Amino acid sequence: MSLDRSQVENVAQLARIQIKEDEMADTLASLSNIMSLVDQLQAVDTEGVEPLANPLDAQALLRADEVTESNHRDDYQLIAPQAEKGLYLVPKVIE
Amino acid sequence: MLDKTIKQLSEGLAAGEFSSEELTRSYLKAIEAKNPEINAFITVTSEQALAQAKAADAKLHEKQAGPLTGIPIAHKDIFCTQGVRTSCGSRMLDNFIAPYESTVTHRLAEAGTVMLGKTNLDEFAMGSSTESSFYGPTRNPWQLDTVPGGSSGGSAAAVAAGMAAAATGTDTGGSIRQPAAFCGLTGLKPTYGRVSRWGMIAYGSSLDSGGPLSRTAEDAAIMLNAIAGHDPKDATSMDRPVDDYTSRLNEPLKGLRIGLPKEYFGEGLDSGIADVVHQAVAELKQLGAVVKEISLPRTELSIPAYYIIAPAEASTNLSRYDGVRYGHRCDDPADLEDLYKRTRAEGFGAEVKRRILVGTYALSAGYYDAYYRKAQQLRRLIKEDFQSAFDQVDVILGPTTPSVAWKVGEKDNDPVSMYLEDIYTLSVNLAGLPGLSVPCGLSQGLPVGLQLIGNYFDESLLLNIGHQYQQVSDWHQRRPA
Repeated sequence: MSLDRSQVENVAQLARIQIKEDEMADTLASLSNIMSLVDQLQAVDTEGVEPLANPLDAQALLRADEVTESNHRDDYQLIAPQAEKGLYLVPKVIE
Repeated sequence: MLDKTIKQLSEGLAAGEFSSEELTRSYLKAIEAKNPEINAFITVTSEQALAQAKAADAKLHEKQAGPLTGIPIAHKDIFCTQGVRTSCGSRMLDNFIAPYESTVTHRLAEAGTVMLGKTNLDEFAMGSSTESSFYGPTRNPWQLDTVPGGSSGGSAAAVAAGMAAAATGTDTGGSIRQPAAFCGLTGLKPTYGRVSRWGMIAYGSSLDSGGPLSRTAEDAAIMLNAIAGHDPKDATSMDRPVDDYTSRLNEPLKGLRIGLPKEYFGEGLDSGIADVVHQAVAELKQLGAVVKEISLPRTELSIPAYYIIAPAEASTNLSRYDGVRYGHRCDDPADLEDLYKRTRAEGFGAEVKRRILVGTYALSAGYYDAYYRKAQQLRRLIKEDFQSAFDQVDVILGPTTPSVAWKVGEKDNDPVSMYLEDIYTLSVNLAGLPGLSVPCGLSQGLPVGLQLIGNYFDESLLLNIGHQYQQVSDWHQRRPA
């Protein structure tokens, strides 16, 4: 199948990725190509087949909800683009 | 010394023929000489390596050494290594100094290995050629104008060129087995859940498996012994007993039932590859194996199923790169939305963006059932095909790849043609099975990989077959000129 421009713009918005005007044609073409490949799926009859999420059909293992780690906030914020007083800084969201 | 196996090096260290420090210095020298041309390493950790080597020498001196003590290895730059840049081949993480250690690298360090550095990969492990890295392509040491495979291409090239004794890799759709095949190495993708994913930067979480790239099956067994096992930090890691993977290496293959899937020998397979794989089958028969044809009818459908499931999981996993907590952030964002969009547009390369967009589309409202759910249903059918095959045979054998290493740049503008190269490896990840690639010949002067696919948790059998084959063949001893 081929995608149209508005579909690509919508997906790029959902994924929060800016696509510049001069990249649009290439993006459209390569995504349409990939979607044509994966559309082979549609020909398979999967009526009544249970979807497989974990290849071993295993359930995630649970553990007791206990504190096992100490606080690493300062280490983690050392590599943040912008952090101050234990907070991550971003452009103003609320006026 | 630099083309010896882990086993041989370990014996040399124990006998005092050389120290780990001498060995480590030799590898560092080889990296200095060869890496500018091959570009296998993104980061070389010389100081850390020498410190680890000295510690290993102390252990050796005290006769407290294990099979990996003092062995210099390289880690794919997808494993978080505390205090060392962990880039995942992306501009997004070019400045990311990991604040914690992955379980795989931690366990290997505990086992006494020396970390030489971090190896190149396709950006976020998305590729089959190690060309999409932010740090430029890695070259195949066998022919420098060809690709080493991917995504663990830096690891494969490092070992093949004698810049490390072995290396770690990850395999989401073939990313250990295919570069091992292209570079003449042994590569093991363990059963899903056998090796912890903690600290292994996520691509497709229901597919990702960490494992070794090494010179021999025996070395792969030694490496797997160190990294396999349950880890409470990974909820999908399986809590079940771990074999000593070296214990069955010497068992005879008499009566072993090998299945050859007819779909792995059909149209699209390079005839030179078909020839050497058939020769390997003949040698296994000589060792007592019984061979029969089987069918994995949905092999071709593994491509569309994979290229929905992996991108869908990737689009979710990579949403964490938002320019807020770590990694790249764009300059002067106008507002939060602009920060996200430009950070991600600048930080990710073309193939990563493509896969995020495809995955986002497949998961978006109105399309989920048609794509993601459908692909997961097909995934169950693919798993069932393998299960019926394992009712008849002990192991499945075929080529690892349909062609040998292609030329650097050859598939640049055609992602779909590269996706098709993964035809024999993808279904193994979809089913979560273990797979081993061992070198079995040359075609057009380039190495060919033989793939063995085992039943769940049957790594010991795969390594046994690989080891027995390597007792009667010498392809694993060939080195690039």
